[in-house]
Amino acid sequence: MIQHLNQPLTPEDLPRIAEAEHAADSAYEHTIHVCMAAGCLSQHSDQVKQGLEQQIKERGLTHCRVKGVGCMGLCSAGPLVSVRPQETLYQAVKREDAPAIIESVSSGAPATHLVCSTDRPFFTHQTKIVLANSGEIDPERLEDAIAVGGYQQLAYVLNELTSTQVIDQITRSGLRGRGGAGYPTGLKWGTVAKASGPHKFVICNADEGDPGAFMDRSVLESDPHRVLEGMAIAAYAVGANEGYIYIRAEYPLAIQRLKTAIRQAERVQLLGNSILGTSFNFHIHLRLGAGAFVCGEETALIASIEGKRGQPRPRPPFPAASGLWGAPTLINNVETYANIAPIIGNGPEWFANIGTKRSKGTKVFALAGKIANTGLIEVPMGTPLRTIIHEIGGGIPGGQRFKAAQTGGPSGGCIPAEYLDTPVDYESLTALGSIMGSGGLIVMDEQSCMVDVARFFMEFCMSESCGKCVPCRVGTAEMYELLSRIVQGRASMGDMELLQELCETVKYTSLCGLGQAAPNPVLSTMKYFRDEYLAHITEHRCPAGQCQFEAVAQEVQL
Amino acid sequence: MTKSASVLTADEKRRRMIVATMRKNGYTPDALIETLHTVQSAYGYLDAPSLRFVAQELHVPLSKVYGVATFYHAFTLKPEGKHRCILCLGTACYIKGSQGLLRAVSKAYHIAPGETTEDGEISLLTARCLGSCSLAPAAIMDEDVVGNLTPERTLAVLEGWKQS
Repeated sequence: MIQHLNQPLTPEDLPRIAEAEHAADSAYEHTIHVCMAAGCLSQHSDQVKQGLEQQIKERGLTHCRVKGVGCMGLCSAGPLVSVRPQETLYQAVKREDAPAIIESVSSGAPATHLVCSTDRPFFTHQTKIVLANSGEIDPERLEDAIAVGGYQQLAYVLNELTSTQVIDQITRSGLRGRGGAGYPTGLKWGTVAKASGPHKFVICNADEGDPGAFMDRSVLESDPHRVLEGMAIAAYAVGANEGYIYIRAEYPLAIQRLKTAIRQAERVQLLGNSILGTSFNFHIHLRLGAGAFVCGEETALIASIEGKRGQPRPRPPFPAASGLWGAPTLINNVETYANIAPIIGNGPEWFANIGTKRSKGTKVFALAGKIANTGLIEVPMGTPLRTIIHEIGGGIPGGQRFKAAQTGGPSGGCIPAEYLDTPVDYESLTALGSIMGSGGLIVMDEQSCMVDVARFFMEFCMSESCGKCVPCRVGTAEMYELLSRIVQGRASMGDMELLQELCETVKYTSLCGLGQAAPNPVLSTMKYFRDEYLAHITEHRCPAGQCQFEAVAQEVQL
Repeated sequence: MTKSASVLTADEKRRRMIVATMRKNGYTPDALIETLHTVQSAYGYLDAPSLRFVAQELHVPLSKVYGVATFYHAFTLKPEGKHRCILCLGTACYIKGSQGLLRAVSKAYHIAPGETTEDGEISLLTARCLGSCSLAPAAIMDEDVVGNLTPERTLAVLEGWKQS
């Protein structure tokens, strides 16, 4: 295969490579997929892979092979191994289990003590668009991506569609930005396309700063070519020739895989100059973040790419008119770009048929916290929270009761049990005082003190505030102090009113999204868990039993 | 005449890495953050001579370089200890008790986050989220991600470093 992939490809080469890959695949009776994404790798799935390869070599087997793949979703049961074509899934596999798995492949009887049932809601209730190739292909091989249709939509777009037609398809699909705010993607593309300027830029926001969110990391680790293809299609549509991926330095594996993918694509002119034999040029550069949450905000992100402190600036002008180095700039999130190729491939109507009236398609969520199945899931928009938490997530472990679900990270809110039947879409979550956010979904049980949760997020916003505007810089610090007083039993009812007032001020007067959304965790917990706040203030009691008043009181005296 | 790699001092080698990054980015001011990443990975922290060197080479005022170096959490101006314990303070880890781990380590070694023990053995750091939420509460011990920690297990790892 390799000889094909050292020279420039033409659109006709893509199906040929795919066919050759499928032929090579069918030479093996079995392919054993081993998850090589960060979750399983940190539990030594690389050793499992080595163990399996060694067994195959030692036994001289020629009918089966091992393939490192991306995330299979159920991270809490890692390391995961899946035997194809039977789709037998094994969980918590260790290197020592390699002989048993290889024997089971030869004998046809599954190694029952390791089997993870795939016949349960976690697997059956999902709809995979963004994660379709995740766990299926080797993210470090371009041939694998091409075998599942990678870059074919780019070839189609470059040869068959005008930029206006591409934008029209994206608009009709109803796709909205997956970074949190849900701005219509087609509208954004149209604005950048209409903006005038000799240079335009396309940026991929991979600065996934919300704690508890790891969707973008998994997508980049599992299917990087999909994101590159989406960016290239976007660049063609808006008329850009250069793109940047701004990624957190905390994701070394995703960075390494992106670098590999970009190099592979450049080598065969799927990126770079004269892409697929056309006159379209598009270069992608990687930029590493340096640990600042505010850089997820688009104007701060642009400042950071320019090598400056990541501080936002007032909008307008929006980046679509004046962004990177003053040029019209398109910024979308990783997941948004990952949706592009399937929309072009299956048509906008197909995509618009999934989801709700105003929120189309699917959403990837990272399930974490007090939930049985932690991991990565993808569900159609409009799926009720109850289905996500109690069916797909498997409910709360340890016999505890569900208390709240937190979405949207430090910019989101806590949703209590009485709203569990809310369909998850942009509007419904906003109406509840939370936001869709990038897709982190943290589940809390009765042991979590909601006031302390609010304080936890406020501490985050306080230390991540860039310091440029007063409401956010001073407001978050003051709100943190008030919340600290409450959890330490030092607050009065007046403090509660002051906190409420301060939330409103910060919300309406801050410069950027970080400050404007910082009060959300406080406002939503004050609304739904007011009795907990009151218990702390008037009775010096923490209903969840988390806050230690006496110890703190002593510290204060000292 | 250039010296062969074998006679370069460690410091010269590091300098070369930094120069390579700047050259790759065309010595433009926007290469600042990329260059600081290289300095930090070469030296383990951002030392004052390197900051001055980078400022001069990229034609960025030293005050701006210092501003960027202190703005981003990933950069540190202090050398780190022999071992690094990075506790994750993300939401999932918080829900599962990361505060307890932090208290335990702080108390046992008398260090706050960002500090190093007096003997230079252990640096205690915190992270916003490691993205290993399925292993919560998690930490990075030197290079390894370790999950499902308890205060006892965390201290045991650190104690192991002390004895090695």
